[in-house]
Amino acid sequence: MQTNNTFSTRAYGGILLIGLYFGILLVKSEVVRWQRVHDMFLFKEVHMYGVISVAIVVGALSMLLIKRLEVKDMQQKPIVYEPKPFHKGVIFGGMIFGMGWAITGACPGPIYAQIGAGEWLAVLTFIGAMVGMYLYAWLKPHLPH
Amino acid sequence: MVSLLLQPWPWWLSGILIGLTVPFLYLVAGKGFGISTSLRHIGAACTPNAPFEYLNKHNWRGGTWNLIFIGGIVLGGFIATRFLSAETVEFLPASYYSAGGALRLLAGGVLVGFGTRYAGGCTSGHAITGISNLNWPSLVATIFFFVGGLLVTWGIGSLLF
Repeated sequence: MQTNNTFSTRAYGGILLIGLYFGILLVKSEVVRWQRVHDMFLFKEVHMYGVISVAIVVGALSMLLIKRLEVKDMQQKPIVYEPKPFHKGVIFGGMIFGMGWAITGACPGPIYAQIGAGEWLAVLTFIGAMVGMYLYAWLKPHLPH
Repeated sequence: MVSLLLQPWPWWLSGILIGLTVPFLYLVAGKGFGISTSLRHIGAACTPNAPFEYLNKHNWRGGTWNLIFIGGIVLGGFIATRFLSAETVEFLPASYYSAGGALRLLAGGVLVGFGTRYAGGCTSGHAITGISNLNWPSLVATIFFFVGGLLVTWGIGSLLF
């Protein structure tokens, strides 16, 4: 599947720090708050749209630079994006996830950040998400892809 | 300065810093930024003999980096609320602290887990990383995230919230 899956302790440390950085950002940007997600779907404020759009632009510019300069990762391997393919699940699954996002106010990242922040109700969201994953594992052979 | 740090951060600053997660993960690990895969890794690690190929044929050890990343997010959530917030962060509305709220979170969670796995990604993997890389299926996925969210919020929102 992937070419390289084990990392040095240093790289794992770096990954942990990036997770920490992202977790702090999820809270400080308020993307973890149900109300922000709700107001996004109500078109009440630009906040969430702003965060997501700017993140995409910064991500795209970074990828452009990485490709132009042929930057390598810490393991000296070339950086390559593995495209996510199109199938019917992108539509159906995407829509189902969107419904859950509107109800719980959390996409997967914020679920973890909420738990870390001590919001114990988020454990329910997480349990639900695990059940949903198992449901998908079970039904996958019968679902249109 | 410090008091500004302890307030919620503006969307443009948050967006810039969140966007940088993409190159950071590529530079350090050579990996695409994505979170919902972690559910599969956790499932495969905890129940390696589950009767589903999706889990018993999945090499979760290859996702160790992703689980460590998730561990970082949990820690980050703790640090941000404990040390970097002037006021208590209200994650969920008061109405969710009830039996009905718990049920909504459980049911909504099922939709999040099922949907992200069926779609092959969530806001991070599809919307941010995917669109950043001009991957058109990710744009389609993101559009349908919003279709689903808008349907619920505008359709049955008045009953739910």
